[in-house]
Amino acid sequence: MSQDIFVVVEHLRGEVAEITYVMLGMGRTLAEGTGGKVVAVLLGQNATGLASDLSADQALYVEHPSLAEFTPDAYSAALAAVIADAKPRAVLLGSTSIGSDVASVLSARLKLPMISSCRTAGRDGTLQCQICGGKIMAEARLPDSTALVTVIPGGHPADAGRSTQPAAVTAFAPPELSQLRVSLKQYIEPEAGDVDIAKEPVLVSIGRGIQTGDNVELAEELAKALGGVVCGSRPVVDQGWLPASRLVGKSGKRVKPKLYLAVGVSGAPEHMEAVTDSQLILAINTDAAAPIFGLAKYGTTLDLFDLVPALTSAIQQAKAA
Amino acid sequence: MNIVVPIKIVPDLVEELAIDASGAALDNSWLRLIINEFDDHAMEQAILLKEQAGGQVTVIALSAEGVDDILFTAAAKGIDRLIKLETEEAAALNNHALARALAEVIADLKPDLILTGVQAHNDLDGSVGPLLAELLGMPYVGYIAGVKVSGDGALARKEYPGGLVAELLVQLPAVLGIQAAEKPPRYVAVSKVRQAMQTAKIDARPCPTLDPAGGLAPLRLYQPEPAERATMLEGDVEAVSAKIVELLKNAGVM
Amino acid sequence: MTSEIVSAPARTQAFLKTLYGVTDGERIQRCLQCGMCSGACPYGYLMEFPPSRLITSMRAEEIERVLEADTVWLCLSCYACTQVCPQKIPLTAALMTRTKEELLLAGKVPTELHAALENSQRYGNVLGQSPRKRADWVKEAGAPVRVLGKENPRTEVLWYVGDYVSYHPRLQAVGRAVAKVLNALGVDFAVLGADEVSDGDSQRLAGERGLFELLAEKNGKALGRVQFQRIVTTDPHAYNAFKNEYPALGIAYPVQHLTQFLAEHLEQLRPHLTREVKAKVAFHDPCFLGRANAVYEEPRAILAAIPGVELVEMAHSRETSLCCGGGGGGMWLDGFHWEKAHARTSEWRVQEASAAGADILAVACPYEPLRFEDAVKVVPGAGNIVVRDVAELIAESLTA
Repeated sequence: MSQDIFVVVEHLRGEVAEITYVMLGMGRTLAEGTGGKVVAVLLGQNATGLASDLSADQALYVEHPSLAEFTPDAYSAALAAVIADAKPRAVLLGSTSIGSDVASVLSARLKLPMISSCRTAGRDGTLQCQICGGKIMAEARLPDSTALVTVIPGGHPADAGRSTQPAAVTAFAPPELSQLRVSLKQYIEPEAGDVDIAKEPVLVSIGRGIQTGDNVELAEELAKALGGVVCGSRPVVDQGWLPASRLVGKSGKRVKPKLYLAVGVSGAPEHMEAVTDSQLILAINTDAAAPIFGLAKYGTTLDLFDLVPALTSAIQQAKAA
Repeated sequence: MNIVVPIKIVPDLVEELAIDASGAALDNSWLRLIINEFDDHAMEQAILLKEQAGGQVTVIALSAEGVDDILFTAAAKGIDRLIKLETEEAAALNNHALARALAEVIADLKPDLILTGVQAHNDLDGSVGPLLAELLGMPYVGYIAGVKVSGDGALARKEYPGGLVAELLVQLPAVLGIQAAEKPPRYVAVSKVRQAMQTAKIDARPCPTLDPAGGLAPLRLYQPEPAERATMLEGDVEAVSAKIVELLKNAGVM
Repeated sequence: MTSEIVSAPARTQAFLKTLYGVTDGERIQRCLQCGMCSGACPYGYLMEFPPSRLITSMRAEEIERVLEADTVWLCLSCYACTQVCPQKIPLTAALMTRTKEELLLAGKVPTELHAALENSQRYGNVLGQSPRKRADWVKEAGAPVRVLGKENPRTEVLWYVGDYVSYHPRLQAVGRAVAKVLNALGVDFAVLGADEVSDGDSQRLAGERGLFELLAEKNGKALGRVQFQRIVTTDPHAYNAFKNEYPALGIAYPVQHLTQFLAEHLEQLRPHLTREVKAKVAFHDPCFLGRANAVYEEPRAILAAIPGVELVEMAHSRETSLCCGGGGGGMWLDGFHWEKAHARTSEWRVQEASAAGADILAVACPYEPLRFEDAVKVVPGAGNIVVRDVAELIAESLTA
């Protein structure tokens, strides 16, 4: 067994997923403790370009037509071969539609211990994992044998996993990939159209407190000044003040912006559960007891009709300066 | 078509969770248990498939407080067969142990399709579906929101972030990890569940040995720092606007 | 039962028979098809089968068509139809509720409603909160509230608190007001604490008869373990359940709505009402206090006793009061109602309060502050209206 930390690169349709960079950052921390290398494991076809901004000491590339798109069977077989050959200290996979499909299969197939939902890793090999809806943390330690770890975002910044210097790419011969039981038939695109609020870094969210459709404009001006978009809670969409694509909540979209500025939103649970991944939540609500203040980092009870125009001005001025 | 739905009974997050004296497990005495929400969806998907194409659906659960109610509710919804694996060893239970026990029982049932929730919130060593699949030598695909079965196999819709969906053809027998059933789990009237309690039978069997090897055991469990209430910004409109601009600058938003 | 029957006529007959099982249900046979019910119904214009048309379908032996439609879920169980029926057909209790029951047994329930029903069953409250925390609000009540237990099982007045007052921050304020008022009056009162569960009446009217009985059984057991002279509650739905539905299940106790209790003690209360509440107050008659149980004057009498209060009446009042939209499951079907109607009865009602010149919209049911306060935010010109439970206004008027 080596002391290397392997990171399985997640990519879909030519784009490397953010979780990969998070894992590379985590891998670097672990590798600093084990003394090994960080190795990115890339599976695909004509995909070496995807390794160009990965922060790793080495990239192992497995090329095969059956790996061109993700299917669990092919990925499991290829990764099993890589792991059996290299025997790294740990293999990091995303706790995602890609990583989760193969991690447990590999654990059972190769009889390797695994732990999931790891948020933070320490140089000393400790792992902090998040379960029970975030209410409980479990601490574990990397064993002295090869282990599999699935990773969730939030503990290591993605930037730590990016590099302008591409890692050296080494080819790894794929195993036999013929008896595959899962085949991709087609992709189905999401409906095109309006802005995807789930991808926006700055969101100005409005609730019933905005009172009428005409006042939505106030929020739009603020959003524009910040370079963001407007979204809303259920009553706002019900009233037709915003289209359904802007609904944030249990029946709408889950968002993860850098900034979530809640204007006149009370913070009903069905809404708030879709907002918890936001990095910074600020709330404007005249009701000091509004539940949103239990989730927001900062808040104010000033009247939104006074504050929002003034804030918009202040932001425009600060940006012009 | 013979469908098996293994379900997990998990802590209900509505109640406060406490950590026991050992510091490495949840305190059972405080726990309220419910069916894993994703397993509820798996059950619904199984019933939908049965309604469309005929067949039989079996639900399997380990014994736990309240499991009988859960099984009778399943029967009231249209599940044909209820199997309960009796064990005292809840402590020995992680997903690896559960998957091994299930594999032993399910192998004899010879299902065409196994549907189970893609994950459960208390998963710490992967999830049951893929572990079970590998032990049974079956293929696994997870994050499924839509299944159609034909002579060629199961056509499953796999969800990726951002609304992208991949349609995959999976050879049967297979295990699918259900993210969402094609329809929300149906409501079943309390009176129907009470009826099921009279008419449905739970096939209770001893649970095979629970072997947790493969799950990295935690050294300790702890609760993260409690969320504090927002820091309120004081002052008039100008003062607060200025404070917010400062905060946004520090956060790298401006 | 219904799953065995194949033909529509046979199914209709079976359905009709169950209607006759409700008190006075056979009066359905006397329907004049006058249409008053459908006209009085707040959502009658939107229902595919408003009450009169539902009866027509049964006469045509076409109950299948009714059971394919979902607009019965617009029914708020507000009793407006029952109120106006010249033949005194128990339309709400028999016809509309039984139709919902049939749909629910067939699993045809709007998804939005599932959670409230499942929460009631699992946690004993519609809000899905931990039952262990049901009496936590008592610690912050601001005035002493005794919780009954094995060591102290006796009280004169058993205050049945209800789900919303126990758990919802807005309604906990009403709870604090009630505690203040009862203490000021020197009433010997106590609450069941965590043993209390939802009265189940709205769930019953939403078609979940089995769930209602389950909840009633639990409340019955909890009440059986303590001793008291009467039940008092701020919740007209609970009042209705204890008064009209629980006795058939063997759970029979004297019960009063808080406004009746306070009206009975008005002369003791009056000297304590020293602080002025200077406002035009429109009292909204809750459906289950007013139409369903004919209690109209007591709330007005106690409001009139508050110095500074000028009572005004809204266009619909007493028997014609407009439902807030929360009954019959409506509290948990707001999205469904909005999608069908793009209008909320609570918003009409707030408009009426505004037109009547009211400063305060006084209510006496836990659904109402939530529904009306939301409406106040969106009805133009009504932004100044303050919504208060009668108990809150009394508490405000009490000498400190």
